[in-house]
Amino acid sequence: MATQSSRATARLMVAPSVILLFIWMIVPLAMTIYFSFRVYRLLSPERNGWAGVKNYTWFYNSPDFWLGISNTLLLVGGVLAITIVFGVLIALLIDQPVWGQGPLRILVISPFFIMPPVAASIWENLFMHPQNGLLAAAARGLGTEPILFLEAYPMSSVIFIVAWEWLPFATLILLTALQSLSSEQLEAAEMDGASAFSRFRFITLPHLTRAITVVILIQTIFLLGIFGEIFTTTQGGPGSASTTLPYMIYKQALIAKDIGRAAAGGIIAVILANIVAFFLMRSMGKHLDA
Amino acid sequence: MARTVTPQRKLFFTLAAWLVALLIFFPVLWTILTSFKTEASAVASPPELFSADWTLQNYSDVWARSDYPRFFLNSVIIAVGSTLLGLLIAIPAAWSMAFVPGKKTKDLLMWMLSTKMMPSAAVLIPMYLIFQRTGLFDTRIGLVLALMLMNLPVIIWMLYTYFKEIPSEILEAARMDGASLKNEVLYILTPMAIPGIASTMLLNIILAWNEAFWTITLTTVDAAPLSAFIASFSAPQGLFYAKLSAASTMAIAPILIMGWFGQKQLVRGLTFGAVK
Repeated sequence: MATQSSRATARLMVAPSVILLFIWMIVPLAMTIYFSFRVYRLLSPERNGWAGVKNYTWFYNSPDFWLGISNTLLLVGGVLAITIVFGVLIALLIDQPVWGQGPLRILVISPFFIMPPVAASIWENLFMHPQNGLLAAAARGLGTEPILFLEAYPMSSVIFIVAWEWLPFATLILLTALQSLSSEQLEAAEMDGASAFSRFRFITLPHLTRAITVVILIQTIFLLGIFGEIFTTTQGGPGSASTTLPYMIYKQALIAKDIGRAAAGGIIAVILANIVAFFLMRSMGKHLDA
Repeated sequence: MARTVTPQRKLFFTLAAWLVALLIFFPVLWTILTSFKTEASAVASPPELFSADWTLQNYSDVWARSDYPRFFLNSVIIAVGSTLLGLLIAIPAAWSMAFVPGKKTKDLLMWMLSTKMMPSAAVLIPMYLIFQRTGLFDTRIGLVLALMLMNLPVIIWMLYTYFKEIPSEILEAARMDGASLKNEVLYILTPMAIPGIASTMLLNIILAWNEAFWTITLTTVDAAPLSAFIASFSAPQGLFYAKLSAASTMAIAPILIMGWFGQKQLVRGLTFGAVK
């Protein structure tokens, strides 16, 4: 039904978005690539010139490099695993016949409305603080030593906080998908004597594939750049135990004030994001014939 | 529902669901409760769920210590401004991708989404320099532009999946009946698209309100929104729990209340095509 002229109009309507996003992507990227090959230190501006690949080799050889990359991937993977597993469980629970589904949804969705610096500082101070935190008080009440969450288990603690923020998103998308599942199919399976587990495994879970795909795709996009939560809570420490790639770049740029190295780190982060995106799009694309 | 639900079963699931929901919500509740305590009772051991002498002192302290109305106004302008501008650009794009899809439409959509994969920290310095040179640094219009572009791919995708659900047969039928393009858009498409646009708007306002990287790094005073306000209350070291909680509550309350009221609308649109 699309005619020649309607196709042309369609292109015209998409053009502003494409042009703006292209500029938004390419200009900072080009500048970052340029800086990454330059000697550019804010603290010693008299030294400048081409650096060759020195910024990249510095980043690659720095002791935190592989740690930073593995922490970045651990954060993405950990949060995805927690939010999807618990998201499915909670969605299944709320989808049961319960009183007050509306208020329940409001309570469950709330963490999604909390801005990351607030979420991080609530958890850091009001809950995980070794003296005054509520969890420390609970530990004392049980007669055990308070756990030093952010000191002893920094990555797990950060993953936990971020997972709390993203759990509502996963739960709601999964719940919406769950509610579109016809109950007749489940009832028929029940009549035929299928156990609750096999009903879940062979009917519910396949129905949720699409929703899980969407959750993975959207969350990964946001999680790869997680910065504020680490900045607020652990500052990448103790030592560099919870340093991620975005945090390493931030440290080079604003603390060491070495723009060249920060830019090289930025390009490495872009490459990592592209590798993740490539695998993501390849494995997800077929579920998303939107 | 044909399946019989015994009252016991319903009671069990209700209790379990409420327990889980309260557990998830508890950190928010605890923050709000703490904001009404005195500093001493905020760190009391054992902790007090409700303080004996609850107070509004923390709110008036925070109010006096910082210019909350200005931060608040900046947050509103940036969140609403970037959302409206984003919708203006995204609606035509999503519209044409949904109704006149080409071979490359899906690739285009994925490319748009992939622009969000660039970690913000990676392009911090270039963005900082661009904003300085163009005079956009620490201006509301600068942040409106930045957040609009940041969220544009998500807006387009969300609208696209929404528009996709509008059956094109309806349009054809209207055309058969001699409806002009203007009438078609005005009386058929727009009413059907409004719920989708509303929920997209809601999600985008939340994302923009809660954005805490560019809003902190690209502002100092004039355009600083509530994310910068809360950053200035960091490192309380136990002595200022009640004030920290009051400031936190002030930063999240507007969007929390808006989110609660718009919850139904938001959830309806928050599928990203996950439901067929």
